[in-house]
Amino acid sequence: MRVPVSWLLEHVDLPAESVTAEAVGEALIRVGLEVEDVLPIPASTGPLVVGRVAAIEELTEFKKPIRYCRVDVGGGARRSSTVEVGGEHDEDSGTRGIVCGATNFVEGDLVVVALPGAVLPGDFTIAARTTYGHVSDGMICALDELGLGDDHSGILVLPPGTADPGDDAAVLLGLDDAVLDIAVTPDRGYCLSVRGLARELACALDVAYGDPALVGRDLPAPEGEAWPVRLDPSSQCRRFVARRVTDLDPTAPSPWWMRRRLLLCGVRPISLAVDVTNYVMLELGQPMHAYDATTVRGDVVVRRATQDEKITTLDDAQRVLDPDDVVVTDDSGPIGLAGIMGGASTEVGPTTSDVLLEAATWDAPSVARAARRHRLPSEAARRFEREVDPGVARAATDRAAWLLAHYGGATVDPGVTDEGGVPTPEPVTMALDLPDRVAGTRYERGAVVRRLTQIGCQVEVAGADPGDGGSAGLRAVPPTWRPDLTRPADLVEEVLRLEGYAGIPSELPRAHPGTGLTLAQRRRRQVSRALADAGYDEVLPSPFIPPTVFDAFGLDADDDRRNALRLANPLDADRSLMATTLLPGLLDAVVRNVSRGLRDLALYQVGQVVRPGPDEPPAAPVLPVDARPDDAAIASVLAGLPRQPLRVGAVLAGAWERAGWWGPGRAADWADAIEAARIVGRVYGAELTVTADRHAPWHPGRCAALTFGDTLVGHAGELHPKVIEALGLPTRTCAMELELDRLPLVEDRPRPEVSSFPPVLLDVALVLDEDVPAASVMTALRDGGGDLVEDVRLFDVYTGPQVGDGKRSLAFALRLRAPDRTLTLEEASARRDAAVATAAERHGARLR
Amino acid sequence: MSGTNDLYDPKQVAALDPETLDAARADASAAFAGATTLDALTALKPAHLGDRSPVLTARREIGALPPQARSESGKRVNEVRVAIQTAYDERHAVLSAERDERVLAEEAVDVTLPGDRHPRGSRHPLTQLSERIADIFVGMGYEVAEGPEVESEWFNFDALNFLPDHPARTMQDTFHVEPAAARQVLRTHTSPVQIRALLERDLPVYVVCPGRTFRTDELDATHTPVFHQIEGLAIDKGLTMAHLKGTLDAFARAMFGEESTIRLRPSYFPFTEPSAEPDVWFPQKKGGAGWVEWGGCGMVDPNVLRACGVDPDVYSGFAFGMGLERTLMFRNGLPDMRDMVEGDVRFTSAFAVEP
Repeated sequence: MRVPVSWLLEHVDLPAESVTAEAVGEALIRVGLEVEDVLPIPASTGPLVVGRVAAIEELTEFKKPIRYCRVDVGGGARRSSTVEVGGEHDEDSGTRGIVCGATNFVEGDLVVVALPGAVLPGDFTIAARTTYGHVSDGMICALDELGLGDDHSGILVLPPGTADPGDDAAVLLGLDDAVLDIAVTPDRGYCLSVRGLARELACALDVAYGDPALVGRDLPAPEGEAWPVRLDPSSQCRRFVARRVTDLDPTAPSPWWMRRRLLLCGVRPISLAVDVTNYVMLELGQPMHAYDATTVRGDVVVRRATQDEKITTLDDAQRVLDPDDVVVTDDSGPIGLAGIMGGASTEVGPTTSDVLLEAATWDAPSVARAARRHRLPSEAARRFEREVDPGVARAATDRAAWLLAHYGGATVDPGVTDEGGVPTPEPVTMALDLPDRVAGTRYERGAVVRRLTQIGCQVEVAGADPGDGGSAGLRAVPPTWRPDLTRPADLVEEVLRLEGYAGIPSELPRAHPGTGLTLAQRRRRQVSRALADAGYDEVLPSPFIPPTVFDAFGLDADDDRRNALRLANPLDADRSLMATTLLPGLLDAVVRNVSRGLRDLALYQVGQVVRPGPDEPPAAPVLPVDARPDDAAIASVLAGLPRQPLRVGAVLAGAWERAGWWGPGRAADWADAIEAARIVGRVYGAELTVTADRHAPWHPGRCAALTFGDTLVGHAGELHPKVIEALGLPTRTCAMELELDRLPLVEDRPRPEVSSFPPVLLDVALVLDEDVPAASVMTALRDGGGDLVEDVRLFDVYTGPQVGDGKRSLAFALRLRAPDRTLTLEEASARRDAAVATAAERHGARLR
Repeated sequence: MSGTNDLYDPKQVAALDPETLDAARADASAAFAGATTLDALTALKPAHLGDRSPVLTARREIGALPPQARSESGKRVNEVRVAIQTAYDERHAVLSAERDERVLAEEAVDVTLPGDRHPRGSRHPLTQLSERIADIFVGMGYEVAEGPEVESEWFNFDALNFLPDHPARTMQDTFHVEPAAARQVLRTHTSPVQIRALLERDLPVYVVCPGRTFRTDELDATHTPVFHQIEGLAIDKGLTMAHLKGTLDAFARAMFGEESTIRLRPSYFPFTEPSAEPDVWFPQKKGGAGWVEWGGCGMVDPNVLRACGVDPDVYSGFAFGMGLERTLMFRNGLPDMRDMVEGDVRFTSAFAVEP
């Protein structure tokens, strides 16, 4: 909410000049208001006066309408120093010649004139100058030129009688003011008004406060009803106050002071009737509605809408109503969407002289739902959603009626309709020392009662000794504008914030014995470090993916990765799914980097994916919040959530080793991707088993399944060329993805036995069918060699004429060693032969 | 110098003659000095120190002398032999040093050539920051709690005292998940993990919850729909707002140095009462030390405790949370949040791997 500082200060007992706008802003921040900005009205200097337009001469020889005006700027107006050039200053009549491009004024209007020497906001210096064939001895100002908003639709015309020519316009316009821009939190609906903000300011500065709702109005004594109104209980309308004024002069302008305040609050002045309802809303926080009483047919009934009922609202939109909408109706049907917007059929127009004023207290959740449903976040709805003081409705109608009578010549009808009522808020009882105990300090005696009284509570202290905080209790009846105060904790907050958070001491609690990171958390960190150490850069791509990616990946129609969770309201309609795999996000990052000229890439991500089952989750039960739900209820809610396993993914493109002075580089390949998976496996102490697999989006001949025991952990290898083409990836892009939740979580407690006896190193070259996986051959050699085989390493792979078609040669280096003696060559050779025999038996290997 | 010894065989005496020995020494020294390479020096060795060299020939003659003469001759011969050996060793040392120097000079390389055949990778700064913050709290006895990103509304809102249809729910622009009846959302904050922690763990509870969170904000320099938070929760007997302040002060000092401190401004969150927004005094702030808004905090609302089966008359506690993107932005003076999410390797690699 925007509000001028001067308006707030009007209701606090503090001389306006004793406090700066910044100090007001800081005081409000101290008590919990988010003052986002303190905006001084931009400075104008030099002569700025009220003028009366004495004569208008239309200059017709130009492309646009131009007026040469004689403006009376008061008898005391001095010739400006530059006036000699033109000499059009008329000493006798005291008027000045001013050229003006606006046409929204007539002779006799009061305007604001910047005289030569004035400097308007934006360093706009006014000087007498010749333009359109005349000397213009000043400027008639528009609102934006004065720094009062952005309206440049015409010059500012002041209502008649506002001031006299020659008066200092800077004073009249109140240019030494500042506007506070305040974001009001949802619990403080009452602060969406001058009434509420001024109260907060008075509390913050500890000065007296004058409630504008309590100002007496000179109005006829109430007699009878203003209008027959019936509240259907289904409407949940708490109170409905109506008052009627007649004989309003529809042409009467709003007074300047009111227009000024509306402008500074960011509300555009329209007509007296509309301006008054807006003004009262800003002043008292009560949204109001004005009906043209002559268009209201029969009794007013407030009820829920019926199915398919319609209303045309003030914005000329026809809206189909929902049975949950609350509507104000007359015999013709709905004439207002309660708490949100009035209907067009009963709108106050330029000829309306008979006005029915409404100030109601609507059910907050109903208004919130309707405003969302109809996408109508109006100023009224914003206030009703946050609760409006039911106690202020009558004061608001009286205030509005009085303003219409005073400025619009209207007659106030004695009838007052006041349906519903103002329930007395429930008292809250609290131990007097609770604020001390929550804050961890001791407030001075009487502070609690004083602060709660200050915000409007009626407070009684009970207990043996009211001075003794320990045993005394307190009973507070909150004011009607504070529906948020229902519990001791709410009262505590009021005391603490008004006494000031700065006074709360800083005390570190006694350290609690924790158990450190869990094994899973440590492993997750290690995975990240291991990959970074191995040369991968971590990225954090968005999990929102397009449905098209599954086709690009070449997934089968029944692939369960297609079962993705769908967002009801995605930011980008094309990216409406939650990722079921980390690869789309990682590959997006590859594409982005390549487009920025970065081609050698090794990226990784550790994160959750969302894996819903094929069936829609069941409707969730609504669990209680007033006590812990039973375990079965909690379990049912948890069971409805999709599985969200933790994964790691990595992608590679371009060179793994760069070319350089040392020689050529080496492109990243499938083996690097598999090695990345192995690095991750080793973090968990798991040597992953690699087997060939066919799994989209990988290349069918270059894809490895990675398993631990019988558990499939993930895949790695080169991507399918079609996938690479479809996604615009660099050729031979490789990838791996593992589900970390499938790796064993075992505390790593190695107990190595290091033999100090010398090894025997033996090499064997085996010829095998080329489709025999090297990993299987290594396993066979280990198995066959037994416990004396310390290490098996593949050091060469050969295919070619020497081994024949469909064959390849694998050369292994074996390191054999005994734990307790020096191994003899004979013994080692026997073990090697046994190893080879096993490879021969299992895989048909023969020594080369 | 000894005089002529006429008692001995002149032939034998010739080899032991002092002048002869002196000449042999002088010859050797001159020859060694003339050698300019180690190979040349080595080639000279047999002539001056070998079996047939004058000095060794002389030594063999000593045995033939009468016993009373051996001592003096032997001494003299040995002196000469040691002198020649020393001359050899010294020359050898000089030439070795010269050779070593030459070889090292020849082996010199341009050490400014790059060596990054495959550069080390880097961890994302948000991950590092999250771990750093978690570690600070682990040091204070907290444990790290985690939860899912697709979350039930009961955990994300209901149990956190967000009333249905209350504007606080719309304050956090929420991604809803289909179907609506399942009442699931992308968690808008890490606070549902507080609820999970309170339901799952025994009291007292001291946890920090880092994680990825979601709101329907369009991506721009200061907003991102996918962001990260870290949140803390402490529930114990007798915890006060002073303890909250003390904890945040300690946290601020750990993050930003001894000068750093926290001040609290009253605010509103459905799940805390009283609620506050902390400002942190940031000594290294761009443009000069100053206060920076840093998340939200407060005393856990009794309704939240009740929904988790914790008796608010016995237990109390506090919660706090902050956005990691925002923290990284002000800590490092980064102007644009988009760099954190776009995955440009130039951004991440600037952060390398913090220890």
